Amino acid sequence: MSKTAGSPKVANLNDLLAVAYQIETDAVERYNLLADQMETHNNAELVKVFRDLARAEGIHGEEIRRLSGDFDVIAHARQIAKFERGESPEEAELGSAHYLMTPWHALQLSLAGEERALAYFKSIVETAKDQKVKDMAAELVEEEAEHVNLVHRLLRRYPQPSESWAEDLDPPVPQE
Amino acid sequence: MSTVDTRVARKPAEYKSDINPIWCPGCGDYHVLMSFTRAFAQLGLPPEQIVVVSGIGCSSRIPAYTNCYGFHGVHGRSLALAAGLKVTRPDLTVVVASGDGDGYSIGGNHFLHACRRNIDMTYVVMDNHIYGMTKGQPSPTTETGFDTALSPGGTRVRPFHPLVVALASGANFIARCFSGEPNETAAVLVEATKHPGFSFVEILSPCVTFRPDEKKWKDLVHPAPVTATTDPGKAARRIMTDDGFNLGILYRGNREPFQPAVGATNIDLSELEKDFEL
Repeated sequence: MSKTAGSPKVANLNDLLAVAYQIETDAVERYNLLADQMETHNNAELVKVFRDLARAEGIHGEEIRRLSGDFDVIAHARQIAKFERGESPEEAELGSAHYLMTPWHALQLSLAGEERALAYFKSIVETAKDQKVKDMAAELVEEEAEHVNLVHRLLRRYPQPSESWAEDLDPPVPQE
Repeated sequence: MSTVDTRVARKPAEYKSDINPIWCPGCGDYHVLMSFTRAFAQLGLPPEQIVVVSGIGCSSRIPAYTNCYGFHGVHGRSLALAAGLKVTRPDLTVVVASGDGDGYSIGGNHFLHACRRNIDMTYVVMDNHIYGMTKGQPSPTTETGFDTALSPGGTRVRPFHPLVVALASGANFIARCFSGEPNETAAVLVEATKHPGFSFVEILSPCVTFRPDEKKWKDLVHPAPVTATTDPGKAARRIMTDDGFNLGILYRGNREPFQPAVGATNIDLSELEKDFEL
């Protein structure tokens, strides 16, 4: 099912800020969860990548909170920002995690999330009736586009691993 | 369930313990844990009013990862433990976690009688159609043609149908969820917990290590095309004929939960003990 299926209704600027805040918060939760998994499985390089990604998303969340001024964006997010039959667009796919995955794989997960978030905010720009919502969504599109570029730049540091990246000389599967 | 405390808005993180799960990366059970904490936060119950009881297996590790009271019991006996707890402490909200091996094989008989007794608790089975912790033996829900070194030529045994068995045995609420949809699963868990009597929630939770083919479940699952029925006959027909990937609440019964009055017998324990004196 699509990750943006059943997206919350954005009727005004406060709704948009709440949804944007929730998207960033969910992304932080997910990256930290992936970092925890990698910590358990002694993949220190990935722990760092996922913690850095969580930190970056946390900063974006705080920026949205600052933009919201006196408005309680957290409480509003809790009320309206529910993505039914799917999850927040920026959340990395937990099911794609692997104990031998490399930073390249982590960044692929991140890239997919950023691209989904970009598409989500673009769809709001296209469909919003309220000009303030349109303008803010356009700003968020710019921001997400920057994130996509950033991940692409990071990917230059981590080339795609060879096809045998998941090869384990002592695999857990005994069935062959 | 216990009375919901609506005064405090709670966050899922409040229900998560400091212990990092040791499931395989990508395991569906991570999502189930997420659904648990989201559901508990939505219910607004203080962690100390919830008890998570489990048996043995990957899924049964879950009590340690929550901040609620927990009991990691013996293999297949989680429902017996939970029933004892709920009968003596009806004020607590009891959630039981199990897997398809623990719940349907070793604990299969307890499953039948827990449904029959209809004690007010929620039974969550994380079904991955395999014994994951012990490295990939077929479980009661493994497909007939699952052909591996541990089941050469396939199991050649028809898989167990837990939802049908639950319905026939008297479960008062039956739902199927997919771990990859934690928000939807959390919503079902909230409903299951609020529903009086024995609520059974099967969560399809892929085992990425021993059943990598289950990754395709996310493309197979779909919402049930009809809303939950209160008619067991209709529910039986629907559950028997669906494709196994129908998600949502499938049956809401209206049987009275079984709850014996605690301490109402006026039996003096010291009198009973006399019979056992040496």
